[in-house]
Amino acid sequence: MTDSTDKEALVRVEGVHKIYTRGSEKIDVLQNLDLKVPEGDFLALMGPSGSGKTTLLNLIGGLDRPTSGVVAVAGERVDKASGRQLAKWRSRHIGFVFQFYNLLPVLTAERNVELPLLLTTLSRKQRAKHVATALDVVGLANRAKHYPRQLSGGQEQRVGIARAIVSDPTLLLCDEPTGDLDSKSGDEILDLLVALNRDHGKTIIMVTHDPHAAARAQRTVYLNKGMLMSEAEIAEMRAAEAVA
Amino acid sequence: MFSWISQVFMVSWFNLRNLKERLGTSLSTVVGVAGVVLVFVAVLSIANGFRTTMSSTGDEKTVIVMRSGATDEMSSGFGNDTAKIIGDAPGILRKDGIAVSSAELYVIVDVPKIGTDTPANVPLRGVSATAPEVRGTFEIVEGRMFEPGKNEIIVGSAASTQFVGLEVGADHRWGENTWRVVGIFDNGGTVEDSEIWADVKVLQPAYRRGNSYQSVHVRLESADAYDAFKDALTTDPRVNVKIEKKSDYHSGQSTFLSATILVLGLVIGVLMGFGAVFGALNTMYTAVSTRTREIATLRALGFGAGPVVISVLVESLMLATLGGLIGSGLAYFVFNGFQAATLNWQTFSQVAFAFAVTPPLLIGGLVYAVAMGFVGGLFPAIRAARLPVATALREL
Repeated sequence: MTDSTDKEALVRVEGVHKIYTRGSEKIDVLQNLDLKVPEGDFLALMGPSGSGKTTLLNLIGGLDRPTSGVVAVAGERVDKASGRQLAKWRSRHIGFVFQFYNLLPVLTAERNVELPLLLTTLSRKQRAKHVATALDVVGLANRAKHYPRQLSGGQEQRVGIARAIVSDPTLLLCDEPTGDLDSKSGDEILDLLVALNRDHGKTIIMVTHDPHAAARAQRTVYLNKGMLMSEAEIAEMRAAEAVA
Repeated sequence: MFSWISQVFMVSWFNLRNLKERLGTSLSTVVGVAGVVLVFVAVLSIANGFRTTMSSTGDEKTVIVMRSGATDEMSSGFGNDTAKIIGDAPGILRKDGIAVSSAELYVIVDVPKIGTDTPANVPLRGVSATAPEVRGTFEIVEGRMFEPGKNEIIVGSAASTQFVGLEVGADHRWGENTWRVVGIFDNGGTVEDSEIWADVKVLQPAYRRGNSYQSVHVRLESADAYDAFKDALTTDPRVNVKIEKKSDYHSGQSTFLSATILVLGLVIGVLMGFGAVFGALNTMYTAVSTRTREIATLRALGFGAGPVVISVLVESLMLATLGGLIGSGLAYFVFNGFQAATLNWQTFSQVAFAFAVTPPLLIGGLVYAVAMGFVGGLFPAIRAARLPVATALREL
């Protein structure tokens, strides 16, 4: 799974095609896509619905495989790994933040945060220490015993972020993390992601269609019809938006 | 390996914690499986009880002698001379010089069944004075033994509870006699507890049977004496008889009905089982469907497909096992020992017996429940494992 050809980019996507087949119809979701994300970056992926943002995020996170092309994270070829290898790899390297939080309703906040650590060899005491730290980072140390139904949307997403960072993953992948929140809660979540990137050095890739959220990232790339837009195309799009 | 097992445990625990959210469908599976197991065990306990009653009649030392070629007492018959030769054969237990041997006559009388009041064929057996000693387990539990030469009868304990008017003091007109019930006997839960006994010498003229008998029942000195007894009679040119241990004779008589009930039970059980399996499938598909995003989240976090499959199976097996326990428990408490009577198709006479819900039957019911749970959980489990994680993560 190791790829020693590229050390400078934490995430390397090269010539990636992703084709979905629906009946006899073939849909090109991603077309010959190249992308490099250096360590410590906070990258926003923008684009209209169906442009392939989430598909790209899933490929980088090892939840899906490209039809062709290379996807490597921290020097490891994600596109070549088996399902079992990917599951193990995800538990070590990836922290996911979902739009709808995806917390287990039967578990308290601290038990939800503990989930990724159950796949490690850490002792119960060590796990508890990591969970306490993660909840402290997201400002929810006093909500550890609460169930998801007892938390607000913003608090649930903070628990989701604590779960994503608790095992100190290589990469944080956030799929519309503010998409289900009001603007105030959304801003708080973005503040938290910025702090994780700036103060803790976390590399973050965030899918969003909210320009306000994208503006908080270090840089933004645009996807349209499965392809990355060039600088000229982006400038043209912005000019058109300004006229409108 | 430890990590995998701990994953199985954790995901199963999440599943089971979720059960209260799906209480209705889960309970329907439990009830469905319980119903199937209840019927399955109850029907098979009929065959079990019937077989037990038949096979417990007689032991290694009691032997029945019939006419050669006869398949049962009804089709047998011989005269007094033959009966005397049989009584003189070697190997028969003798007390005070008298052979423990009973020449017997077997007729059928109509007696209404308690509950349905429909007429039933009940055996009326004429026996010799030594008949109780031949059986070995015979005892009078109410009233007294009939007196030789009188129109008196005694009734088996099972017959007295299954048929109308067989209480002590009751009179019945059968054949050319009016008979009075003078006692109730118990023969240790054997098929003969379904019979009515009279003095064979009184029964013969009442049914115009002259001096004929249908069988001779003997008690041997020991089980080892059987071969010598059989050889002596089968090589004696004066008689033409068939000799069987009583336990073998009655076991053979139970074969047809036991097999019929067994097949019936299995057919009913399998047909109902299909229904229960579909119930379990529905429950588990619903469980997987309502937890699609949860399962996908666990998979995204790094939990394997194997633990997800097993967790769904664990839930299905637990529900089915619970149903199996309830069904088996109900079958035991409701049906075990339940008294009934049915027609023995080989003698066309009623046999009273008790449903026997035995431990092997209960284990069989539980195994069947587990099998239903396994089949009902397997396909939803595979579906859960094959969920496309990326798509399922975004499901609402």
